[in-house]
Amino acid sequence: MTNQSSPKRFIQWFDPRNRQVGSWAFILNRITALGLTLYLFLHLIALGNLARGPEAYNNFIALAKTPLIKFGEMLVIAAGIIHGLNGIRIALTSFGIGVRHQRALFIAVMVLSITGILIFTISMVRH
Amino acid sequence: MNQPLWKITVNVLRQKGPTDKPHFQSFPLEIHPDEYVLDAIEKIWAFQDRSLTFRHACHHATCGACGMRVNGKEKLTCITSLHTVVKNNGVLKIEPLRNFPVLSDLVVDMGHLYRQTEEADFQQVVPLEAAQLPYEITPNRTPNEPYERLVDCIECGLCVSACPAAFTSTDYRGPAALAAIQQGIAFAPNEVLFDLADHENGVWRCHSAFECTEVCPSNVDPGWRIMNLRRRVIHHRISRVFKKSQKVSRP
Repeated sequence: MTNQSSPKRFIQWFDPRNRQVGSWAFILNRITALGLTLYLFLHLIALGNLARGPEAYNNFIALAKTPLIKFGEMLVIAAGIIHGLNGIRIALTSFGIGVRHQRALFIAVMVLSITGILIFTISMVRH
Repeated sequence: MNQPLWKITVNVLRQKGPTDKPHFQSFPLEIHPDEYVLDAIEKIWAFQDRSLTFRHACHHATCGACGMRVNGKEKLTCITSLHTVVKNNGVLKIEPLRNFPVLSDLVVDMGHLYRQTEEADFQQVVPLEAAQLPYEITPNRTPNEPYERLVDCIECGLCVSACPAAFTSTDYRGPAALAAIQQGIAFAPNEVLFDLADHENGVWRCHSAFECTEVCPSNVDPGWRIMNLRRRVIHHRISRVFKKSQKVSRP
């Protein structure tokens, strides 16, 4: 039965077409969550360099200062801000607070997130 | 109705039985833009292909039989005007509802939804207070008179089709059944309904995408009801703990 639900079709969780604001928030929350989980592993692997002596760690720090890794750090901050603020929105609505205003809440979350990401990016570029 | 007829192409997703591969079939149609999507499908059936199957009955958003996906969005086709979903010389895409097994073409097996709502002891006629959402304006009526009315849910299944959680979990009760449980608990709380709601496939499976409320053609607002049900379930859990501890402290 082709249109029956199946775990294999979970990729469609990430399809924003014909979806409303609530689903975009839902999709964004999952993408940022996966990104943050991936980062956690990378972070632990990077910290593992400490056990391999000062030289290995210094080499890693040199790598961490390259633009690509810095851009990656910016994405981590962006994901953290979006996921955190949207988490508050979901917690509020789950307690029945502002359910009818969930769209406006999401827009507020995104405005705050973009402001936070911009502030972080500017300060990161300056240093 | 003096406007000229529009020429549209209706692409219908067709599938006969579970083994048949779904495929789109195009039907050219000349139709008035003020007619409804269901009218277009009926014209295809009447004049082009009698093997096209679809469900319909009342033609005025009461029976909930004609739910389909129109250009990817869940719609009650009997109240969806053609000019709101297609332009002259445009293409209209019609697919069956998601998250239900396809029986034939646009007909899906709604059995799961009906069983879920029955288990939730879904009442079709309830006192006015139980049928209404608290943010709705209560109509003027004679005080102290008991009023009953039909509930809003017409069991069309659009909310289940649009729900991303129902997409990946067939065991999920789904928005319509949870809305029915919320209504039942709001009217007369009982342990059976709380057990249905306070379950991994109950209120906790919902991922707060609120698609159900977006597509509901009948003012049920399942998203609001599920969130309200969560609050009631948490309150019930806490009060149950205190009731138990009271019993323990008073031998």
